[in-house]
Amino acid sequence: MTPLTAYLLVAALLFAIGLAGALVRRNAILVLIGIELMLNSANLNFIAFWRYGPHPEALTGMMFAIFSIAVAAAEAAVGLGLVIAIYRHTQTTDLDKMNGMKG
Amino acid sequence: MIEKMDQIFVQLQHWLVSYLPAALQPIAAAVIGVVAIVCFFPALFALITVIERKGIGRMQNRLGPNRVGPFGILQPIADAIKSLTKEDIVPTSANGPVHFLAPVILVVAIFMGFAVLPVGRNMVLVDMDAGLLFYFAMGASTEVSVFMAGWSSRNKYSLLGAMRAVAQMISYEVVLLLSSVSVVMIAGSLSLPKIVEAQNLYTWGLPHWYIFTPWGLAGFVMYAIAATAETNRSPFDLPEGESELVAGYHTEYSGFKFALFFLGEYLAMLSISGLGTTLFLGGWSAPLASLNFIPSWFWFLSKLMLSIFVFIWMRGTLPRLRQDQLMNFAWKFVLPFTLLNLLVTALWHFMGEGWARWVVCSAILIVVWVVMGRIEMRSEHFGPRRYRYAE
Amino acid sequence: MSAVFYLIAALTVAGGLAAVLLKNLVHAALAVTVAFGGLALLFLSLDAQFAGFAQILVYIGAVAILIVFAILLTRGSDLPKDGVFSKTWLIGLVIAAAVFSVLGWAVLSSASGLPNESAVPAVNVHDIGVALVGRYVLPLEIVALLLTAATIGAVIVAMHEKDGAQ
Repeated sequence: MTPLTAYLLVAALLFAIGLAGALVRRNAILVLIGIELMLNSANLNFIAFWRYGPHPEALTGMMFAIFSIAVAAAEAAVGLGLVIAIYRHTQTTDLDKMNGMKG
Repeated sequence: MIEKMDQIFVQLQHWLVSYLPAALQPIAAAVIGVVAIVCFFPALFALITVIERKGIGRMQNRLGPNRVGPFGILQPIADAIKSLTKEDIVPTSANGPVHFLAPVILVVAIFMGFAVLPVGRNMVLVDMDAGLLFYFAMGASTEVSVFMAGWSSRNKYSLLGAMRAVAQMISYEVVLLLSSVSVVMIAGSLSLPKIVEAQNLYTWGLPHWYIFTPWGLAGFVMYAIAATAETNRSPFDLPEGESELVAGYHTEYSGFKFALFFLGEYLAMLSISGLGTTLFLGGWSAPLASLNFIPSWFWFLSKLMLSIFVFIWMRGTLPRLRQDQLMNFAWKFVLPFTLLNLLVTALWHFMGEGWARWVVCSAILIVVWVVMGRIEMRSEHFGPRRYRYAE
Repeated sequence: MSAVFYLIAALTVAGGLAAVLLKNLVHAALAVTVAFGGLALLFLSLDAQFAGFAQILVYIGAVAILIVFAILLTRGSDLPKDGVFSKTWLIGLVIAAAVFSVLGWAVLSSASGLPNESAVPAVNVHDIGVALVGRYVLPLEIVALLLTAATIGAVIVAMHEKDGAQ
């Protein structure tokens, strides 16, 4: 197995774990943790292809990963702000209980 | 002879390594460097604890410790024996692994920061291309350990202290990074040895240290404020103030773990002063071109000790800031001023050589400083206080 | 593949698994911090120094702290009565397993067609800086705008509502 394949498999595994976390857990914050794991695995993919692909001096993969880190941080901030606002309104972070559009 | 004194530690390392086969030599060189850092800086920490207690004592018109040796200089040995033999009390409801790992992670992260500081000419452990970024990454990792310490103790005071400490550290981290960015802009590199090389020039015998430029002085003041807040030193030491929060996030630690926290705090102080001298005070370069016969590591150490003395002086002199006062200060005064400093640094670079840029940059910085200071003072409401709580 | 790679990959995957399986929320947040650290080490082993240190600085130094603050502000330390996995957990697991099998099959079946240059790219931070203000200046400015909007948005969303006169 080439090094690139190994890194891609690790990234795929992390993506699946993040997806499972986002779909399986009740608490809204853990869903956000799962989303962060998915974003991180995509970053790993980008960097692996940058390293083992042609033209690494064009820096495309590295730039994409850096911008993705910045955007993910911003999205985490807004997402967690939303979770806090919803908690203030419904006094719970349990996603199974937030199944009504009223209120 | 001068060269020999200057490079004596480098020669020592080469001599020790030459006894090993060539395959092991890089690792052996690195190990020798690591051992030197791990032995030297904690020894300096021990010396600083005595200097601090004597210094604060004299500033408060009393003698410091004076029993344990001539003028009390063997006090750290007594403190070490006490810390190592005290009973290690862990609360029963504390979260075991997290409680244990918090001081470990703190000390490891802080020791990693020493790896990129250039202590003398050719005397840096790892010459990384992105050295400054590595240092700040390690500094950011200490915040996680502060939170772990506070949360795992299952104590409301610890948690409150930890939350305050983390909020303070992330606010002032932004200021720390931005004030270093102006140095990086002018030096053109993130690698710390190159930043020192860029300051190692002399005109008419005076050095090119960045603190002697208008933007450098403003940047250094902002960096010093942020460094004091990052290491939770007075006047920003509300998270660990003895009269407010028992001992903040390290309330429930005793014996050796408390000694590790103490070590971590003082090492963080040393390491951030080391970074400050590298960025603004010229690192290991001598103040006058004629003083170059004194070894470079001696200059680095003396600048480091000067910074530590200023830390101790501030602790003995200034009163503590309240939490909302220090957050206000960070976001409403220091951060805008640091952003302006970035602009002024760019202006400095693009105006070219000559006296015009000195006048213009100094004028902008001084006027904004005075105006912002007056505005902040004028909006002080001295009526009944209004609070906004997090729910 | 070297033993170091297997070690770091095992650490990262273990951190991720612990993050989605642990009951205590703060333990899960600390486990995902370990996963972020493992990923930073993977970036460093791929010779991407800037991305690795930026990952530590942003994710461990900021996102992990944010997650922990949110857990504390929403009283996540109390365990819920109905258990931590939602009612539809089986479907979620099946979907995640299906996604992993598709991705894994895609990677392994195209393994021969993937590029494999093994020369270390001679890229330093100066080149990254030049690229950021040269070729990638538009994304840089857009990300700056996005971060400003996100900061203001997060403050407004999470701010305590003022009801009438205070």
